[in-house]
Amino acid sequence: MIEDAAFYIFAGVSLFSAIAVVLSKNIVRAAVGLLGTLGGVACLYFLADANLLGVIQLIVYAGGTLILIVFGIMLTSQSPWVGFLPTKVQAIAASIVAVILTIGIVRLVTLVPWAQRNPDELSQSLTVKSIGDALLTTYLVPFEVASVLLLVVMIGAAYLARTEK
Amino acid sequence: MLATIGLQHYLILSALIFSLGVLCMATKRNAIGILIGVELVLNSANINLVGFSKYQTGKGDGQIFAVFVILLAAAEAALAIAIFMNFYNNVRTIDVDRGDELRG
Repeated sequence: MIEDAAFYIFAGVSLFSAIAVVLSKNIVRAAVGLLGTLGGVACLYFLADANLLGVIQLIVYAGGTLILIVFGIMLTSQSPWVGFLPTKVQAIAASIVAVILTIGIVRLVTLVPWAQRNPDELSQSLTVKSIGDALLTTYLVPFEVASVLLLVVMIGAAYLARTEK
Repeated sequence: MLATIGLQHYLILSALIFSLGVLCMATKRNAIGILIGVELVLNSANINLVGFSKYQTGKGDGQIFAVFVILLAAAEAALAIAIFMNFYNNVRTIDVDRGDELRG
């Protein structure tokens, strides 16, 4: 099945990039790894009939948030090769916590008998139009609150990042 | 292992990316590295939402949730970067271990 193969490829790209994010000592390389994860996850969205979400992921996340992070890196780096490494104890403790988390969640997920339905029957009516309709009817209040939040964040970020005279 | 893709595959992928994000948050001492870890965690939540939307409800409400998560992630990144710039102006480094004193 070509869809299954595509899922494994995109999931592999996302996972590999996420591992690269964690292991890279240089923060710029971590940002590039994040780009790989975001792209892989966007492809997974396209695969899961979430076309609008995939496009939003590429535009807002890969195009906006990641650029913001890269600008943040450039504005706060002292020299290109300065990396702050965690101490051995910190790294080992964090790895143990992460391994326990992974084992716990994966075991939980595989134990629970999830009620699944055939996606082919479900996603017939799932179009961009239906999502837009839902956003402006059922989810109108969160939608408006989100727009106010964005305004507040814009003013707050501009105020915080100003240079002091 | 290489079975037909179902809900569990999405959930397991999400769990792995979540753990990697937590590991990234815990091990990076660069503040922006911690922010990148937060983005990984938010992405894993989105994978869950999309998986449930595809295999359980099929009505797109999971996708709408995910849109809001992406929006909040963008807002959070903008504010975090602004705070880091302030931090950098005051402490002259982006190493979070150096920000250990309170000053008005």
